[in-house]
Amino acid sequence: MSSIGTGYDLSVTTFSPDGRVFQIEYAAKAVDNSGTVVGIKCKDGIVLGVEKLITSKMMLPGSNRRIHAVHRHSGMAVAGLAADGRQIVARAKSEATNYESVYGEPIPVKELAERVASYVHLCTLYWWLRPFGSGVILGGYDRDGPQLYMVEPSGVSYRYFGAAIGKGRQAAKTEIEKLKLSEMTCRQGVIEVAKIRIYGVHDEAKDKAFELEMSWVCDESNRQHQKVPDDILEEAKAAAKAALEEMDAD
Amino acid sequence: MNSFDSNPATNSLISSEADSQRTLYPYVTGTSVVGIKYKDGILLAADMGGSYGSTLRYKSVERLKPVGKHSLIGASGEISDFQEIMRYLDDLILSDNMWDDGNSLGPKEVHNYLTRVMYNRRNKFNPLWNSLVLGGVKNGQKYLGTVSMIGVHYEDNHVATGFGNHLARPLLRDEWRENLTFEEGVILLEKCMRVLLYRDRSAVNKLQIAKITEEGVTISPPYSLKTFWNFSAFENPTHGAEGSW
Repeated sequence: MSSIGTGYDLSVTTFSPDGRVFQIEYAAKAVDNSGTVVGIKCKDGIVLGVEKLITSKMMLPGSNRRIHAVHRHSGMAVAGLAADGRQIVARAKSEATNYESVYGEPIPVKELAERVASYVHLCTLYWWLRPFGSGVILGGYDRDGPQLYMVEPSGVSYRYFGAAIGKGRQAAKTEIEKLKLSEMTCRQGVIEVAKIRIYGVHDEAKDKAFELEMSWVCDESNRQHQKVPDDILEEAKAAAKAALEEMDAD
Repeated sequence: MNSFDSNPATNSLISSEADSQRTLYPYVTGTSVVGIKYKDGILLAADMGGSYGSTLRYKSVERLKPVGKHSLIGASGEISDFQEIMRYLDDLILSDNMWDDGNSLGPKEVHNYLTRVMYNRRNKFNPLWNSLVLGGVKNGQKYLGTVSMIGVHYEDNHVATGFGNHLARPLLRDEWRENLTFEEGVILLEKCMRVLLYRDRSAVNKLQIAKITEEGVTISPPYSLKTFWNFSAFENPTHGAEGSW
């Protein structure tokens, strides 16, 4: 779906004759080329997973966190340019603490998503700023239950049951659609996400080496956002690999 | 506070327009906090009184609070400033938790943070009118320290604020020893709190004892100390001085 917007793509403040802003679309391409990020909303919480492509064997496992806690009850997984993503996370953290200090209660996830989306959109309005080259999947658990939002570089934010961005998003989305999310608990969700990631990536075969980073907010974690505990993560990876072998065997 | 010096009206450090922004006197205050190290960790005791000048106005003020996983704070002095300090500490602990890296702030770090806050406020002539006791256990290491409103800070095996320094510390210097059991520690603290109850006019007979160990924090529900007033000297107080009351 790539088209060259010759002449209309030099500035984010220029529309093309057919009503597109090319700079924003190019920013979205930066997200499309990054490692897959998946988020699902289960019955009792949210699970976020990131496929961290390992660029060098010298990298310490566990470094380069792509999933960040934004507040006690919510976390954000980042795809695209990592530095841009960090900025979005920093802004989200500050919005969350500001809301809590003014209103005395943790920021509702919907409100947080709107604020993040506004901020991302802001950077698409001025010629001296460039759009963020990263999209985020924001998951949180507030009074209205677990919620999942995705914010794209254009500043658009929607609420989802399951969302995926990055290289393997098409494959991931197909897999997510097959799942019965409303009946799944987060424990099962963690295993499903591991399967999706390992399926989606394995097919690529280009970037074999990757690290799986997962986090959740669910009843089991006391509605706090945290990294999925190591033992559950290992269990999920093992189950996913086993399922993968089964699939290959067919 | 950033436009403090550039605004001509607030130019002098102690000018009148800025006075409304500085703490001049405390209004609702808590009295002493006493803390000791014991075998498994730290014990803190404080009563639940909030005095409004000489009136014992509020009798259910919680002056002992947990901070993160490893620390306990007890405060005496202005209660609203204590609430503000709790806000700062909540933000600090939240930011620490969001790293999600398996590490967390211990009592020594929190104590140092509080010292910086108190000292810097004092330097701006706008103190947080509190004396704080900070105790905790991390990785088996026990820590007990105190900070005053002017930023004086130290750590010791037993600390106290306010009147506690004059009435409780001497008792503790005589009777504290290493590795007290929990029961012995509570008896010692109750002895100190009883003396304070008799002799400190802003003490109320409703106190809490908090303990922190490697496992976590427990703050006891409020209870009262038994007091004894049947001393013969109190029976006929004007015995040796007719006409007095």
